[in-house]
Amino acid sequence: MSSLYEEIRPEPASDVPVRRVTITLNGEKRVAEVEPRLLLAHLIRQGFRLTGTHTGCDTSNCGACTVLFDGKAIKSCTMLAVQADGHEVTTVEGLATASELHPVQEGFKDEHGLQCGFCTPGMMLAATALLRENPDPTEDEVRWALSGNLCRCTGYQNIVKSVLWAAKKLQSQSASAE
Amino acid sequence: MYPSRFSYEAPSSLDEAIDLLHAGGGEAKVLAGGQSLVPLLKLRFAAPEMLVDINNIASLRYLREDPDGSLHIGALCRHAELERSSILVAHQPTMAAAAPLIADPIVRNRGTLVGSLCHADPQGDWASVVTALGGRVVAQGPNGRRSIAVADFVSGPFQNVLAYDEIAVETVIPAAKGTAAGGYLKLERRVGDFATVGVAVAIETSGELVTRAGIALTGVGGSTIDAAEAGRTLVGKALTRDTIESAAELAAQAARPRTDHRGSADYKRHVVHTFVVRILTRITDATQKAA
Ligand SMILES: Cc1cc2nc3c(=O)[nH]c(=O)nc-3n(C[C@H](O)[C@H](O)[C@H](O)COP(=O)(O)OP(=O)(O)OC[C@H]3O[C@@H](n4cnc5c(N)ncnc54)[C@H](O)[C@@H]3O)c2cc1C
Ligand code: FES
Ligand code: FES
Repeated sequence: MSSLYEEIRPEPASDVPVRRVTITLNGEKRVAEVEPRLLLAHLIRQGFRLTGTHTGCDTSNCGACTVLFDGKAIKSCTMLAVQADGHEVTTVEGLATASELHPVQEGFKDEHGLQCGFCTPGMMLAATALLRENPDPTEDEVRWALSGNLCRCTGYQNIVKSVLWAAKKLQSQSASAE
Repeated sequence: MYPSRFSYEAPSSLDEAIDLLHAGGGEAKVLAGGQSLVPLLKLRFAAPEMLVDINNIASLRYLREDPDGSLHIGALCRHAELERSSILVAHQPTMAAAAPLIADPIVRNRGTLVGSLCHADPQGDWASVVTALGGRVVAQGPNGRRSIAVADFVSGPFQNVLAYDEIAVETVIPAAKGTAAGGYLKLERRVGDFATVGVAVAIETSGELVTRAGIALTGVGGSTIDAAEAGRTLVGKALTRDTIESAAELAAQAARPRTDHRGSADYKRHVVHTFVVRILTRITDATQKAA
């Protein structure tokens, strides 16, 4: 398979220096050598082989490539990999622990928040960012927060229900932790 | 889609950034939120030799109201920060109305107001808002700083008056002398779409009378339209059904819409009229309720 990442890895163009970047990816320090024009989405998918991050439109519209950048939802097809140097990136692979799904993932499972699943990683990360900022959102607030993520299958109803389910679960978890 | 090759610098001071742009001799470009530039790089509509990423220049990250009441928006102030700002809710009704309508929530986490003005997209919402408020852009280059009225800053579609080695460091909204009121309405086909029509209205009143009025239009011309005459007709008068109607009529006349996939020219002109009436009527309703 040829990709820009592979293309530039063995023999970088001599006139453009390759940059060494250190990214905290899902809590783990990862180092990569990248050409400045490499997009973050491509580094994640082809460089780090984490293919949970999808590229749908590749034109900054659909949100399938959404990841958390220092905790905020961003479109990884619209950021350069070099810009992530020294920052924290969370992808969908970073949500679950070894033994347990993240409440947002559980919510999507329980409330049937996905059909083909293409939009799902982006939806779940946008939802995670929302619930960190606003642990008890209204339905309108959920719709608003997810309005940058497109889904061609579900009609959104169950996605919204999934996020509200996750909000309840997170609330009961934090209540029992107190 | 891959951008063409470029070299990349991410300096941590403004002086370094300006030096890099100067050394780039017109082949370097500033990277702010990247929400317009990165898509352009991918389509290869832009193919600079160097990118000067300003995201590490901490001194550009602010949103501040000065004691004199002027509002200062640094080059790294993102749309999302404006959307959540209590200063805007309290003192800048036109900006507070516009902030949640820019792009979508994820784009708003990165994109900047100053970057929007620099990008000078005729469909961009902030240019109309800042025009209606009589705002200015402060630019810094090797020879120091200058302040440019936003109407002069945007020189055409996707064009601004910055020299190749200048950086727009902040946007300044002057203090209101009277009581500030206003709004922004945007007709969009779906969240994240650019405006079919956008209307920004910013007025100041003293008692019953309007002391200053700015009206500007998005998406209905080759560039942002300053409907200055529509604003002027309100000055010295009270907001009544008649004065509102004449401002709306003048704003609709100032529009230069084109028929396209978003709607016919007549329809867009009609929406301009409706939006001016709606924003100004909401202001009178609110003051009547408060009285
Ligand atoms: C899906 C999508 C939907 C959108 N919808 C809307 C919308 O509805 N309304 C709207 O107004 N905008 C919309 N935008 C554009 C968005 O608001 C951008 O954030 C904005 O236009 C550019 O700001 P930026 O900080 O991202 O600039 P960048 O993309 O980094 O830069 C844009 C241009 O300005 C120059 N520049 C940027 N900052 C400076 C500076 N400080 N000094 C000198 N030059 C500078 C750059 O060199 C470049 O040429 C949308 C974008 C996307 C991806
Ligand atoms: S792939 Fe990034 S927004 Fe669609
Ligand atoms: S589940 Fe198929 S795109 Fe959302």
